[in-house]
Amino acid sequence: MSDSTVAIPSSPHDAHGPELLHHFADAQQQRDSASLGMWIFLATEVMFFGGLFCAYLIYRLWYFGDFAAAAQTLNYKLGATNTAVLICSSLTVVFAVHAAQVGKRAMLIVSLILTLILGFAFLGIKAVEYTEKFELHHVPGPSFQFDNVRVPGHPDQLVNPRHAEIYFALYFIMTGLHALHMIIGIGIFTWLLITAWKGRYTPKYFTPVEIGGLYWHFVDIVWIYLFPLLYLIDLHK
Amino acid sequence: MAGNVDALFIFLLIVTGLMTLLIFCTLIYFAARYRARPGVLAEQIEGSIPLEITWSIIPLGVFMMIFLWGAVVYFKERTPPRDATEVYVVAKQWMWKLEHAEGQREINELHVPVGRDVKLIMTSQDVIHSFYIPAFRIKQDVLPGRYTIEWFHPTKPGTYHLFCAEYCGTMHSGMIGDIVVMEPAQYEAWMSGTPSGPLSVAGEKIFAELGCSTCHRSDTQGRGPNLLGVFGRPVQLEDGRTVTADENYIRESILDPGAKVVAGFKPVMPTFQGLVSEEQVNALVAYVKSLSQPVNQPGVKAAPGQVLLPKNPPGGNQVQ
Amino acid sequence: MSIATTAPVERENYLNKEYGIGSWLLTTDHKRIALLYLISITFFFFIGGFFALLIRLELLTPIGDLVQADTYNKLFTQHGMVMIFFFLIPSIPAVLGNFLVPMMVGAKDLAFPRVNLLSWYLYIIGGAFMLHCMLTGGVDTGWTFYTPFSTAFTNTKIVEAGIGIFIAGFSSILTGLNFIVTIHRMRAPGMTWSRLPLFIWAHYATSIIQILGTPVIAITIVLVAVERTLHLGIFDPKLGGDPLLFQHLFWFYSHPAVYIMILPSMGIVSEIIACYSRKRIFGYSFVALSSLAIAVFGFLVWAHHMFVAGISLYSALIFSILSYAVAVPSAVKVFNWTATLYKGSIHYDAPMLYAFGFLGLFTMGGLTGLFLSALGIDVHVTDTYFVVAHFHYIMVGGAVMGYLGGMHFWWPKISGKLYPEGWARLAALIVFIGFNLTFFPQFVLGYLGMPRRYYQYPAEFQILNVFSTAGATILGVGYVLPMVYFLWSMRYGKPAPANPWNAAGLEWKTPSPPPTFNFDEEPVVTWEAYNYDEIDAGHKQEVKVVG
Repeated sequence: MSDSTVAIPSSPHDAHGPELLHHFADAQQQRDSASLGMWIFLATEVMFFGGLFCAYLIYRLWYFGDFAAAAQTLNYKLGATNTAVLICSSLTVVFAVHAAQVGKRAMLIVSLILTLILGFAFLGIKAVEYTEKFELHHVPGPSFQFDNVRVPGHPDQLVNPRHAEIYFALYFIMTGLHALHMIIGIGIFTWLLITAWKGRYTPKYFTPVEIGGLYWHFVDIVWIYLFPLLYLIDLHK
Repeated sequence: MAGNVDALFIFLLIVTGLMTLLIFCTLIYFAARYRARPGVLAEQIEGSIPLEITWSIIPLGVFMMIFLWGAVVYFKERTPPRDATEVYVVAKQWMWKLEHAEGQREINELHVPVGRDVKLIMTSQDVIHSFYIPAFRIKQDVLPGRYTIEWFHPTKPGTYHLFCAEYCGTMHSGMIGDIVVMEPAQYEAWMSGTPSGPLSVAGEKIFAELGCSTCHRSDTQGRGPNLLGVFGRPVQLEDGRTVTADENYIRESILDPGAKVVAGFKPVMPTFQGLVSEEQVNALVAYVKSLSQPVNQPGVKAAPGQVLLPKNPPGGNQVQ
Repeated sequence: MSIATTAPVERENYLNKEYGIGSWLLTTDHKRIALLYLISITFFFFIGGFFALLIRLELLTPIGDLVQADTYNKLFTQHGMVMIFFFLIPSIPAVLGNFLVPMMVGAKDLAFPRVNLLSWYLYIIGGAFMLHCMLTGGVDTGWTFYTPFSTAFTNTKIVEAGIGIFIAGFSSILTGLNFIVTIHRMRAPGMTWSRLPLFIWAHYATSIIQILGTPVIAITIVLVAVERTLHLGIFDPKLGGDPLLFQHLFWFYSHPAVYIMILPSMGIVSEIIACYSRKRIFGYSFVALSSLAIAVFGFLVWAHHMFVAGISLYSALIFSILSYAVAVPSAVKVFNWTATLYKGSIHYDAPMLYAFGFLGLFTMGGLTGLFLSALGIDVHVTDTYFVVAHFHYIMVGGAVMGYLGGMHFWWPKISGKLYPEGWARLAALIVFIGFNLTFFPQFVLGYLGMPRRYYQYPAEFQILNVFSTAGATILGVGYVLPMVYFLWSMRYGKPAPANPWNAAGLEWKTPSPPPTFNFDEEPVVTWEAYNYDEIDAGHKQEVKVVG
């Protein structure tokens, strides 16, 4: 940006830190704008995932038995573990934001590192799950197989493999999109870690941590919807 | 029936024409009357809530009237009469295949007698098409995987355009044909020219060939439900739902039998997806329908032990 | 207007502050980004227009004799995709919105200038994908790319076009996000919501639609691409899917999208009518709120594109009644604009001619929407040229007229030069005449039964098609003219003063062209919007600007 080189007669720079971008009137406006911007972005993300949830809900209503059978081939224990992992990571994010707010650099850095570790754990568990699905030929496409499976609770009814394939297509697209957002989140938090290490965040300026935290919480909430919807269909049968 | 559509259209033309005239004249009048003159300032007028309310409520009222009228016309268009002659339509890239209940097959042409209701039961072999007869003011998309219904009542002999109205690929604009409305006598002559049996008889043959009668027996309780009198009636399913046995239900039962299992039966019916063509499905549907129809419908004969049912079954036979 | 008597030292402004391609391609100045968009969308407009020309030439004769059927199908598909996604949706917000929104609210820039630049790059990248797709085979599904044709039957480059549209969609989302935050958080002191220009209200409503609607078509494109490449069955009935699910997802965005295309234009019309009648828009709050009402109701009517698609009768009833509801706010606007002229002091400069054109054509196009919302009528005219005429009346007769009016109105501010008024009025007239001749016959064609997307047609439809093509040629001339004289004016036009029209609005209180930071000191607003009485009575509101 070229504006930082423009000479301004009496410099108001001294009254604020170097992070204040010059098109903002003051730091408060910058902070409020960043926050509102992130909330709006998250609203767009809700709509983005929303289309998928919509398709999933419709097909689950129509093909309930087939979907239940397909869902029960997932490892709900790993799924539950992942849910716990993400909830803990949201907790560490809360610690990070708080630490930034009160200027505790060490706590901030530790919290960010823990968040990253939990994020990687989530992705690792997902990788294990995906590998298992690949081995069972549950990945939609030419090699998909789902023959001779019974509908839970209806032992004399065979699952329609085409419907099961729709389940798995939605499963992979939804969890895949979610995982992509996790990867981006890890990228964001890595950058936050680096900049926190460099001492960039003070009680006066911690906006990136705050809005990064908002993003992470959102990704967590999406998973909290995905897990029961995808994994927990008719498990009692 | 086209008259109903045209009546509403003309009404709309008048209403919108008047509205356009009103606005245009007002605009021109104001533009001329209040053109800038030296020394004359504009008068600042904030607004007028009574005016806002008036010109919101009145248009809304007019709109609701148009909505109701349009809805009534639409309701009639989507409610085929009970005794309509049925014609099965299979659309494919890029032609229309039609089969009368009496068995005549046509390509890109439909011959019908004047004065008789015609109901089209349509499906597509590939992509979405749309069966459009501008002269009759009717149109209905034709979808793969299910039936859609359209009906009309021809009142004047003549030849009318048939167009495909949903883009379907290279020769979308070549997927056109004619609806030929004939005097009854001419139609009889035309009909007798093609020697083929009624569609439902063809369906009966397929029913036997594919072994359907092994399970769907009409004499004793078989492994599958007895199909006599089924068509058009409510059916209780094993999961508690009740559905109406319409064309789409019969079709689905053939191609995806596990989707709706009748209460009290096991889900042992194999699927015939890929083993029957659309035309064969149409014939089977026609056959099952014939098991619920009184004698004076074309192509119906009593099966052994069959009791033919009264003309208007209580459940109705409407298709959504 | 004053003309300097001595050779002036050119004041520093956003155009001359820095030279060099780098200063443009890496700018974060919203005004420069607006110009980057102006160049890009004009480029795509002429590409889409070129396709339109070929379509109309083919349709001069009933037989297919100019191009092959497959080529024709690609022409109308790409005409639609380019015009909608790469011209109409960005146009006003990305050019005039980007330029004016910060100035109108009294800010130095948008809330997120770097995101703004990113959104232009996303647009360019998306456009590059689209261009490459068109140059290496193209798409032939219609801009609506219905399944299963687009997922399982066509051989053309759906995925690549989809990627282009997907990326351009994010450009749209980021622009909307930027505007909403700017309008909420960066208004100058004293600039209350009720003092905002209606242009801002219109862009605010547009931005809401952009952020909530666009992600849905994004995910729809993803699903189509995945289904196509992996042969899944989400939309394919042979594999258990439902083609109607695609249509619902598609139209859930694509209907509100048409409001993205028209609302900004309505905002421009408000500004122009106020200025050239020298009075406040009649019913300001109603016009402002009707923009929001259109944005909200616009999300509730999507299945009126599906009345014959196979939806249930009861769904059709609901969507029909809601479609009538959404017509009311638009009607209210037209009435309020008309009432504004009452006891005004009306000038007929080119922007006002475009605004008049808008009023006439949008009224006609909107009224034909009443036909389409009527279920019984829609069955007959949907998928025919009646619909084509309807949406071109609104998109071209409405949105593009508004866009051109706005370009003329703010051209002095943007370029610092005046366009030649005589030529501009002529262009407005040519566009109006050419437009009506092109599209009015299409209403008739539609009612007579000519389906859309038809490469060849029965001979009885020829005469109306010939009229339409004749009109299109005239319309084309009308569009080329402003290109020529705007470019001419940049070199040879008279220098423009800060406020050549004596218009209200903060943007007119800065020099033409404005300095990079718009206002050196934050303006403090103590007057209502459209205070033409004060302006014409000679009162001035002081706003500090650098020389």
